[in-house]
Amino acid sequence: MADDEIRDEEESSEEKTKFLFIFKRAPHGAIYPYEGLEVILIMAAYEQEITAAFVDDGVYCLKKGQDTTGIGIKEFAKTFKVLEPYGVEHLYADRASLEARGLTEADLITGVEVVEAEEIANVISAQKVILPF
Amino acid sequence: MGCRMKFAVLILEGPYQHQASDSAYHFTEAALKKGHEITGIFFYNDGVYNTTSLMTPPQDDRHISKRWSELVQKHKIDAIVCIAAAKRRGITESNLAPGSRISGLGQLTELGINADRLITFGD
Amino acid sequence: MLFTVNKSPFTTENLRSCLRFAGKEAPVLLYEDGVYGAQAGTALEGFVKSALKARAIYALKEDIAARGIDKLIDGVQVVDYSGFVDLVAEQNVCPWI
Repeated sequence: MADDEIRDEEESSEEKTKFLFIFKRAPHGAIYPYEGLEVILIMAAYEQEITAAFVDDGVYCLKKGQDTTGIGIKEFAKTFKVLEPYGVEHLYADRASLEARGLTEADLITGVEVVEAEEIANVISAQKVILPF
Repeated sequence: MGCRMKFAVLILEGPYQHQASDSAYHFTEAALKKGHEITGIFFYNDGVYNTTSLMTPPQDDRHISKRWSELVQKHKIDAIVCIAAAKRRGITESNLAPGSRISGLGQLTELGINADRLITFGD
Repeated sequence: MLFTVNKSPFTTENLRSCLRFAGKEAPVLLYEDGVYGAQAGTALEGFVKSALKARAIYALKEDIAARGIDKLIDGVQVVDYSGFVDLVAEQNVCPWI
């Protein structure tokens, strides 16, 4: 019995679908990243394997110190910081995209892993579903 | 290509302004023609505007919402309009084109889990 | 993994950045305004040709015709929507939109 249960658990974890959210647009100028984040928040309830990668202008979504009161649009960088309880285990940011924009890890909200493009390429190739926002 | 696959399609842009909805339509049509199954079309972001029954384009132009309606009804495709995105943009049951239904992002998750491929068209 | 690019390489960095994240040999499909990247004789021809050494690059026939592009870079393969579907059936797809 115990063996069966363990096997069942293993099987169910193998069956999880790998979803990758690729954020490649800056926040606020278009609603894409914000509505992408809304998908993550709902999808989390389904307990799948969710990863987020921030590339190109998408790294701007992670910039700390955003104050949107003057433009009247909801600020959402803070929400990316609290995705771990939602089952989002990795937030990757592309190092070259940051460097090109004069940013370092210190400019970002906490909980982001700054990695090389090759690592993000490996993550991409392992996915079942890729959602660009 | 003998293998029949399950495709799901996500559309993130509205009609006319960008080519995304047209590309998604032609892709879907080609997939059906090849015998693949379309397990669902999900309209999100401005993509929800593709399902308004209120559009009246000039007669010599394609009628994007009617075209989607006819395709999904003919092939009995589940066409889902995200409720959160629709509410934001004023798409409701009262102006929803025939053949589509309004539902939640959970449906997108299930399409991703159950289809062999989920392909996104946007800008 | 098939990467799809729908923007002109003269307007956005999408084609360039897609190639940074596409794994070795991962094919790229150019469609919509992305097909301008497949045109011969542009300032980007050398860049596209060097990308072709590592991977297949496809361009969508219907979008090429719609834009009046009559000369393609050698080595770029033309597919129609049916071929687009075949490519997505053969491998997973990463929309680089």
